[in-house]
Amino acid sequence: MSDVPSSLHYTEEHEYVKLTDDPEIVAVGITDYAQGELGDVVYVELPDAGTSLARMDVFGTIEAVKAVSELFAPVPGEVVEINEALEGDPSLVNKDPYGEGWMIKVRIRTQADLKELLTAADYQQHIGE
Amino acid sequence: MSHDPVIDPVDSFASRHLGPRPDDVAAMLETLGYASLDALTDAAVPAAIRLRRPLPLPPARSERRVLEELRAIAAENRVFRSYLGMGYADCVTPSVIQRNVLENPGWYTAYTPYQPEIAQGRLEALLNFQTMVGDLTGLPVANASLLDEATAAAEAMAMTLGVVKHGERPVFLVDDRCHPQTIAVVRTRGEWRGVAIQVGPVAQFGFGADVIGALVQYPATDGEVRDLAQVCAAAHADGALVTVATDLLALAVLTPPGEWGADIAVGNSQRFGVPMGYGGPHAAFFATREEYKRHIPGRIIGVSRDVDGRMALRMALQTREQHIRREKATSNICTSQVLLAVIAGMYGVWHGPDGLRRIARRVHDVTGRLADAVERLGHRLAHRSYFDTLAIDVGDAAPGILRAATERRLNLRRLAPSRLGVSLDETTTAEDLADLVTVFAAGGRADFALDRLEGPAADAVPAALRRTTGFMEHPVFHRYRSETEMLRYLKRLENRDLSLTAAMIPLGSCTMKLNATTEMLPITWREFGGLHPFAPRDQARGYARLFETLEQWLAEITGLPGVSLQPNAGAQGEYAGLLVIRAWQRARGEGHRTTCLIPQSAHGTNPASAVMAGMDVVVVKTDAHGNIDLDDLQAKAEQHKDTLGALMVTYPSTHGVFEAAIKDVCALIHRHGGQVYMDGANMNAQVGLTSPAAIGADVCHLNLHKTFCIPHGGGGPGMGPICVAEHLMPFLPDHPVVPLGRAHPCGTISAAPWGSPSILPISWAYIAMMGPEGLTAATQVAILNANYVMKRLEGHYEVLYAGAHGLVAHEGIVDTRPFKQSAGIEVEDIAKRLIDYGFHPPTVSFPVPGTLMVEPTESESKEELDRFCDALIAIRQEIREIERGEADQERNVLKQAPHPLEQVVSDTWDRPYARERAAFPSPATRVQKVWPAVARIDSAYGDRNLVCACPPIEEYAPSV
Repeated sequence: MSDVPSSLHYTEEHEYVKLTDDPEIVAVGITDYAQGELGDVVYVELPDAGTSLARMDVFGTIEAVKAVSELFAPVPGEVVEINEALEGDPSLVNKDPYGEGWMIKVRIRTQADLKELLTAADYQQHIGE
Repeated sequence: MSHDPVIDPVDSFASRHLGPRPDDVAAMLETLGYASLDALTDAAVPAAIRLRRPLPLPPARSERRVLEELRAIAAENRVFRSYLGMGYADCVTPSVIQRNVLENPGWYTAYTPYQPEIAQGRLEALLNFQTMVGDLTGLPVANASLLDEATAAAEAMAMTLGVVKHGERPVFLVDDRCHPQTIAVVRTRGEWRGVAIQVGPVAQFGFGADVIGALVQYPATDGEVRDLAQVCAAAHADGALVTVATDLLALAVLTPPGEWGADIAVGNSQRFGVPMGYGGPHAAFFATREEYKRHIPGRIIGVSRDVDGRMALRMALQTREQHIRREKATSNICTSQVLLAVIAGMYGVWHGPDGLRRIARRVHDVTGRLADAVERLGHRLAHRSYFDTLAIDVGDAAPGILRAATERRLNLRRLAPSRLGVSLDETTTAEDLADLVTVFAAGGRADFALDRLEGPAADAVPAALRRTTGFMEHPVFHRYRSETEMLRYLKRLENRDLSLTAAMIPLGSCTMKLNATTEMLPITWREFGGLHPFAPRDQARGYARLFETLEQWLAEITGLPGVSLQPNAGAQGEYAGLLVIRAWQRARGEGHRTTCLIPQSAHGTNPASAVMAGMDVVVVKTDAHGNIDLDDLQAKAEQHKDTLGALMVTYPSTHGVFEAAIKDVCALIHRHGGQVYMDGANMNAQVGLTSPAAIGADVCHLNLHKTFCIPHGGGGPGMGPICVAEHLMPFLPDHPVVPLGRAHPCGTISAAPWGSPSILPISWAYIAMMGPEGLTAATQVAILNANYVMKRLEGHYEVLYAGAHGLVAHEGIVDTRPFKQSAGIEVEDIAKRLIDYGFHPPTVSFPVPGTLMVEPTESESKEELDRFCDALIAIRQEIREIERGEADQERNVLKQAPHPLEQVVSDTWDRPYARERAAFPSPATRVQKVWPAVARIDSAYGDRNLVCACPPIEEYAPSV
């Protein structure tokens, strides 16, 4: 059974959006379910800070031993920070997907963009758990 | 040729090539419930596609007879001394390497090292190659080799396209002093991929917004050693990358490209001990900077560790490969030239850095003397900075010089009407130099003594381009100087690997059949090995005859009359075949037909090749039986009929099934304006029974290294010639140096006009010795063997897909997915446990994740098949023990497999099962088995901490 925290927003492509202390900034990563399906993550390729993303733009790739997958922007906005720790230890995505395994922080334009995302209940249903 | 039963030889090759004896065939047929091989064939192969007449090929000839014929063919080749250069140089294959690697089935019959626990030997040899290439080029991350220098350059362009941000119309600059075949291959690749290739002098390179990178040659094709640091600086200032095509021997004395700014280095390692072979096979190299290591094309060997913490090697970064990325891949490369890379790496081990430096200096010194001589003779050097190649302006003396050269049996390069090129090499002797001087005197006399000639001038290599840094300092390049030590090193590595000399390698879709000794003997004959690919064609009449007959036979076997031997691997054949289709369509004003339909179940190279050909991939569903979903195909063909270019289809399917509807599938595509490309990976189920033409295909490639007996070489060489229907023949690939006379060629695919000629005698000999009956019998026995294995596994495992009458074609998929639920056992665990039983595991997780695909081939005997089936059945029993709770879920013989010797004899053994069970699970393993050199390897560790050069010596196992 995967962990699907109720406070987060989700996409069908298994990214999550987590609010931060700054209301304009959200953290983006992949869900616990996604990391479980991918298996041992060996590399995460992330964009440069400053990159502007439209919804569903590919913002990076994630490589695991058995699969490689693209990462899709759940919300439009500008990348303000990337998680540099993943370069040294990509397994953080496996160990702590919602915490230290975050990938990028995005400055969103409007909170309304979050409304288009899945709720935890929706996502739970989507993954069939 | 008439037959006389009294005089005809009593021994036939076919009976040696086939595994099962006649009694065995009868017993196996009985198990399957068929009265005869023909009855089984009729049931397995749909009637609608059956050939109703024997293959029109010459009757089978004996092994001895075929060797005599090949001797006669070889004798028609004339081996001149070739000073033509262009990336190929004559060299000395150290005999210890020739006999123990090149001519040794322990090395050449192994497969790509997908199972690293039983491949540590060649993985180490490849790591040596990578380390050597990285050191010599000054670019630390090298791959395990590519097909040839020209495709490596095209791959460099593709990688550049992948890593450099660019607009709609990317431009790639190419130095006009690159080798001509390299320029042609890069042009073709760029043209279809939408990259504008601009060829011109380096001095005029302009890096603007659209320019993604540049390719330069160092030393240049005419031999000049140029300082190209400025080009790199200019490129980097605009965010572009520079690829340097270069020469490993030159880099022993020249400043390596990595030290003056290059981002990528490519080239041919042929002159490190591999015969020229009229074009190949050779191992090309590819090296880049650390920051691009995750973008490097092809296979790369990396260092990881096993579960006990031992250093262990395996192929790294496998997930980037096309079989996972499919249409998102930037390259379709899925093989390397392992056997040749091993030889080149061992040449480095044998000579070491000092030896290489000595060889390089000697070649350079002799070149300097020749330079002095030609100047004394009144000729002019076109450039004064060289390593081993001179461009000599001879005025109107050229015709006389060339005539004299032919008389003395040596080849010079014509760079221009009055400019000749000479490239010297490791084999050049004092007599050769004397001959060259005589030739350049052209009728006159040299009025100087050869021993008075001066060596290279001080500025022959500019000061800035003299190598000052060391290379190949790793102990492996210093340890094996005596032949005894070298012999034992080679044998030690060989003994760690499982090859066909030890057991069957039932890899689905790989066709690991016999590579007969007679087929292999000719490849090291000097008459086949000693020819330069661009030697005048009248020196290669033997090869011409070989190509002609082989092309004719392949055309008969496929039913498709046009053949190109140029593609060097199956995936290259796919790319070439699609280009032929596109070129034909373009000539008909249908250049907009860019949609390529590909079934979901296709091998990942298919979509990757389609993208390289500039096509858009549309995936067609497969149904529950693994067949193409006809409704979906119909819908997609209809939907895309205005742009439909081609369907790529594998037959029998990648699931190992003869799809009955294949003719309808092909007809449907033709009705909607498309062409049918048949992937020939499974051709071993067709030969003599049906053919690509019979199913309705317009183009197919053949994997000569599968169906036609070229050995896999531990992961290359391969050969992927294409056969095409008549309307497509004018569009087959051509070559810029050796024109092949195609009317409207689609471009150039490989560096050499006929790919890798020196291994073609293998396929030639196979077809000649089998004859039409033998080839057909081979296909029938391949089908028999596969179905026998599936039948024997009945009741123990589910066979995933079958065609009519519950039969598979020449391979079958064994479903191991249920055991994850029932016992926590995954397909990987079963594969690794098979290693304990002394086998190479079947293909894992292709085409269906979590399953095993088994292809036994016709060459395996009933005894070996039974031994394999017994092992799988015994493993099923081991799984049952876990299911019943008799064995632990984690600490069991499967999860902890494979068991290296060091583990089972260690003083600490705290596992809940006996050592004996771990080590000798079957009676056969007590007699002989290949032990895994390491325990199960942790791939994630190595991929996270990517190291792809030899690690410090302390990290090697203590036994080394």
